[in-house]
Amino acid sequence: MNKKSAFRYISKKRRVKENRRFITGRGRFAADLKLSGMLHVAMVSSPFACAKIKSINVDQAIAVDGVHYVLTGAELAENISPLLSGLDLPDVKRLPLASGRARYAGEWVAAVVADTRHIAEDAAELVMVDYDMLDFVIDPEIAMKPDAPLVHPEKGDNIFFDKQWVWGDVDGDFSKAPHSLSLRARWSRCSTIPIETFAVTASWDDGREMLDIWASVQMPKYPEQIARALKLPASSVNVHFDVDVGGSYGLKRGIRQTVIVSYLTRKLRRPVRFIEDRIENMAGGEMHGPDRIFDMEVAYDDDGIMHSLKITATDDCGCYPGRAPLQLGKPVSAIVGPYRIKSAQYHARSVSTNKTSQEAVRGFGQAPTNFAIETVVDRIAKEMGIGREEIRRRNLIKSHEFPWRIPSGSEYDSGDYHTVLDKLMESANWDQLVTKRDVIRKQGKLAGIGLSTCLEPSGGNSSFEPLFNPKNNTTTWMESCLIKIDMLGGVSAMMGTSSSGQGHETLLAVSIGEVLERDPDTIRAIHADSVTALPSNSPVGSRMAIMLGGAAAGAAKKIKAQLLKIAAHNFQLPEDRLIYDGGDIFVDGDRERHLTWEQLVDIAHRQYHNMPIGTEPGLQAQHTWEVPTGGAMPADDGTVQMYPCYAFEAHVPLVSIDPDTGQVEICDYYIGHDCGTVINPDIVRGMTFGGIAHGIGAALYEKFQYDDSGQLQAGTFMDYLIPSSHEIPSVGMIKHFTPSPLTEFGQKGSGESGYLGAPAAIASAVNDALEPLGKSIETLPMRVRDIEALLNGNVETKIG
Amino acid sequence: MKAAEFDYVKAKSLDEICLFLSQQAGEARIIAGGQTLVPLMAMRMARPNTLIDINDVEELKGIEITKKSVIIKACTRQSEVLESVDVRRSLPILSDALSHVGHTQTRNRGTVGGSLVNADPSAEISLIARLLDAEMTVHSVRGERVIKAANFFSSAMITNLDADECLTQVCFPIWSSVRTGFGFHETSIRASDYALASAAAQLSLDSSGQCRSISIVIGGATEIPTRISETEEQLMGSDLSDTEIKTAMEKIPEMLEPQADVHADADYRRRVACVLVGRALKDARERAKGSLV
Amino acid sequence: MSCHKVSLTVNGAKYAENAEARMTLVDFLRDVLDLTGTHVGCEHGVCGACSVIFDGKPIRSCLIYAVMADGHDVITVEGLEEDDGSLSPLQDAFWENHAMQCGYCTPGMLIATHQLLQENPSPSESEIRDAIGGNLCRCTGYQQIVEAVQMAAKKIKDNCV
Repeated sequence: MNKKSAFRYISKKRRVKENRRFITGRGRFAADLKLSGMLHVAMVSSPFACAKIKSINVDQAIAVDGVHYVLTGAELAENISPLLSGLDLPDVKRLPLASGRARYAGEWVAAVVADTRHIAEDAAELVMVDYDMLDFVIDPEIAMKPDAPLVHPEKGDNIFFDKQWVWGDVDGDFSKAPHSLSLRARWSRCSTIPIETFAVTASWDDGREMLDIWASVQMPKYPEQIARALKLPASSVNVHFDVDVGGSYGLKRGIRQTVIVSYLTRKLRRPVRFIEDRIENMAGGEMHGPDRIFDMEVAYDDDGIMHSLKITATDDCGCYPGRAPLQLGKPVSAIVGPYRIKSAQYHARSVSTNKTSQEAVRGFGQAPTNFAIETVVDRIAKEMGIGREEIRRRNLIKSHEFPWRIPSGSEYDSGDYHTVLDKLMESANWDQLVTKRDVIRKQGKLAGIGLSTCLEPSGGNSSFEPLFNPKNNTTTWMESCLIKIDMLGGVSAMMGTSSSGQGHETLLAVSIGEVLERDPDTIRAIHADSVTALPSNSPVGSRMAIMLGGAAAGAAKKIKAQLLKIAAHNFQLPEDRLIYDGGDIFVDGDRERHLTWEQLVDIAHRQYHNMPIGTEPGLQAQHTWEVPTGGAMPADDGTVQMYPCYAFEAHVPLVSIDPDTGQVEICDYYIGHDCGTVINPDIVRGMTFGGIAHGIGAALYEKFQYDDSGQLQAGTFMDYLIPSSHEIPSVGMIKHFTPSPLTEFGQKGSGESGYLGAPAAIASAVNDALEPLGKSIETLPMRVRDIEALLNGNVETKIG
Repeated sequence: MKAAEFDYVKAKSLDEICLFLSQQAGEARIIAGGQTLVPLMAMRMARPNTLIDINDVEELKGIEITKKSVIIKACTRQSEVLESVDVRRSLPILSDALSHVGHTQTRNRGTVGGSLVNADPSAEISLIARLLDAEMTVHSVRGERVIKAANFFSSAMITNLDADECLTQVCFPIWSSVRTGFGFHETSIRASDYALASAAAQLSLDSSGQCRSISIVIGGATEIPTRISETEEQLMGSDLSDTEIKTAMEKIPEMLEPQADVHADADYRRRVACVLVGRALKDARERAKGSLV
Repeated sequence: MSCHKVSLTVNGAKYAENAEARMTLVDFLRDVLDLTGTHVGCEHGVCGACSVIFDGKPIRSCLIYAVMADGHDVITVEGLEEDDGSLSPLQDAFWENHAMQCGYCTPGMLIATHQLLQENPSPSESEIRDAIGGNLCRCTGYQQIVEAVQMAAKKIKDNCV
């Protein structure tokens, strides 16, 4: 459906509210806060992949002028509760500072508190830790072997999670299908590292018995987790969600860091701040993302129609299981991609190694899975000699088939994949790209065109939580909004979470403006503090356009209903005789009789005598709603509805490769994109371009490389290569709008868009370039050295 | 990521720099642009007792161009040299190479001398210095000496400067022959990354098109910028045909013992360095013939 | 501890404060002068979040010690607005084009492109990409930043005609 928008404000070009403060240097980031008497923390990190901590001597450190305290892991462990794990692993304790054993190079073992960060670092060098080096394991496949060194000896093995589901008649479909193929695809450890590291300041006020926290955080149930660890009531933990977060893309969870500074501020009775430096951030923090080996098997017929898919995903989780292993769970929501595959088998394994822990990364495991699925699809095309576009056309779900239930139980809400592909192919001009590719080839370079068609499950019905942990019976993933109309008629709306660039203030204003028919620029959107906030599940799972937009619209509708009720009472007419127009209310057929917005607000606030009997004074409303399709536990066979909405994206890049150096250049890039109704076009464009840039990074540049001794070799921006403006091309974006039937305005999520299909598309393009040479790569990132070695590993001198 | 404590002095003259250096007996470091030193200090991989700031020493700034040479004072910003029309006219290979040094913001601060004494194996300015056998002038309280580029670099990140010496200028000779051409190529992962490998060539042809003088140097793939004299000798007097170039390059791979790091292994650097030498030679040949600008 | 008087001009205002030798200019701007618009991203000179204009040229303020800025002139993002306090055409174009998301790299991007437009009023796309080549952004994929600079250049040019 692409009819002309009937919306007043939704989908219209509008400046993003938040931006004004950012362009004038007036953003308020966590590190900008200065509290009187504030102390600074630096961490002492273990240099070993695995070591027993025999003793820690802090005498020299504490003697440094300006040092206030040195907190060891042992002291902290005695005084707090272990942190929550996403899995049921009672033998694996996760603590903010290592105690007894340090399990990865860079793990924090002590925290030094001083007047300045400089002094804290001086003293951190003087904390004497006596270590005994222990055996360690870095390779997840070795870690699974029975005699492997144990990351957590108490547990008895290194397997955090190992489960296989079979949905549909997988064996039958494989035996009936005339063809099958298998391949291994590798997604390496990388993540969406923000430019701002994690920063947190905590201040304990003994008089109010309140712990105030300002943090650059994006974490569901963050205040509650801090309260639980510190054994405080949640009402004594006040997280200030109005802090601007300098990028997160899922990563900024910060529980360990926050527990440390919170413990310290309570102990020292001074505000305590910890701003990770880049090394603490990349080696010690939670900046790593999925690190996955996919063993794929697909059954297909003579027409290239896929019938069944088997996936074994082995994920190197690193040291501790926070929420990270659940990133194997989200892909269950779209385990067969956008394809009409009848049955699926999914074997998910989360393995522990002596590496930095993973955290959530944009897409929560979906981007790697999409890459693996697309690699399979491209391989079938190659085996059968069918075009990559054609093979997809044959397998994509058709627009009239929605809602479409996939084998693992999720129902896709809506889509028009073929039309998006049509529009993309027309705009990208595939034939012209082929000509351009062939011209580049004639000039002596390699060149290839990529294609990927992928889904973005959105809305954050996170039923992978109970699926992966039977003791977790969470089925509630709500979002809330409170709207208040002040006495002068101003509209304020409150959300219960922080933002890290998603434009939530604009989202609230536009959604409310749409319902109340008031100019969004006049609507104030604010972030509550956690103590006053209504329930929120935070901006994860590409959910806020759906969930916060829906909550805001729900609250606005309640305001509108109150206004109508007031007007009906004053006109002594039934509500259905009244017309709401731009906040004023008219009597149908008699526009002379009306009450203006200001008059109605005045009645609500000041004229109780004109209010319907029994009405609450004032004009305010709150709405908390459960995610559409949420609220159900998984069935015994593991089928469950996960995520309500499914956005679709198709990518077409053209790359050229210097065959002598392995350097890849992206010459052209097009994306066809359908996330239903768009709330703000600029925000969706930005999210998509940013996601593509992340995807290009994952496909070509970014990797947390470890050496054989378990040392992180890419622990700074010198070695972990984030693409710059030179590496990222301009992208042509082609929009299509298939509304979701499940959401207020037909919107779907777009917070992860671009990232979910770009790695697969780049891989497809590189492999198209390599095809004439009979070579291929299925491992990301496809670094210059990997490509060059593949091409020239055995070649004698070339002269270029 | 904060530096360890240090003392700071601001030098006002070259004499003062030399005096400070002699008093500090190896514990002091000169800071000019600081584009490499400051990050190393932030990570506490460098921790000098004293920093001697030479940014106010005017006698260490400026560019002098004669018919025979381009002289660049040590504390001249890389951006100033890159933007100099005169340098581009007199020594275009230097301008070309400089455009690959970091990016605008680091070039605005980074100095030519700073890059040379830093002696990074992949540094472009060092590569060109070695290619042209530039002359480095260094000063100390003991006096002045001139070090040829061939003797300037000792190993990766180490020069043959004594602890009390300060580099004051570098003199790049200009080849007088009309039929001279150069080539410069480097490979990096991202546009502004350090080169994984680089190569530069300069050569002159006589009127019959035969090679009369030639210099070839490899960077990134070796500890220090390395002249490939065997190839040079083979190509002297030749027509520099593709075949001749290829034959002359055959021994290069075994001459190189590149370092491996997280970005590239030794084999990669070795192979790519050879490719880049070939490209640099061809560009140099074409420029010498006037068929490439 | 080696402590030094640092006198400098920031956004046209003169300041004289003490700083330890090891304090970088960005820490000085943020912690001593309370100018928190300039951000810290990596502290090792790669990300460009701390970019400021130093004597008319954009540089990294994490790669220079505050004491080395003694006697010099610095412009930060707080100094980019017009004299009457209104947004500069570049800032306005950043807003109009949504050339940011989280806003963290934005000050550095503005500094880099402000200087570009001073020196080159009609930059090509590749010149814009060069100018921000040392400024990393994780949100935008750079595209809307490039578009904003193009729009600002056009606006400045149109206003001059």
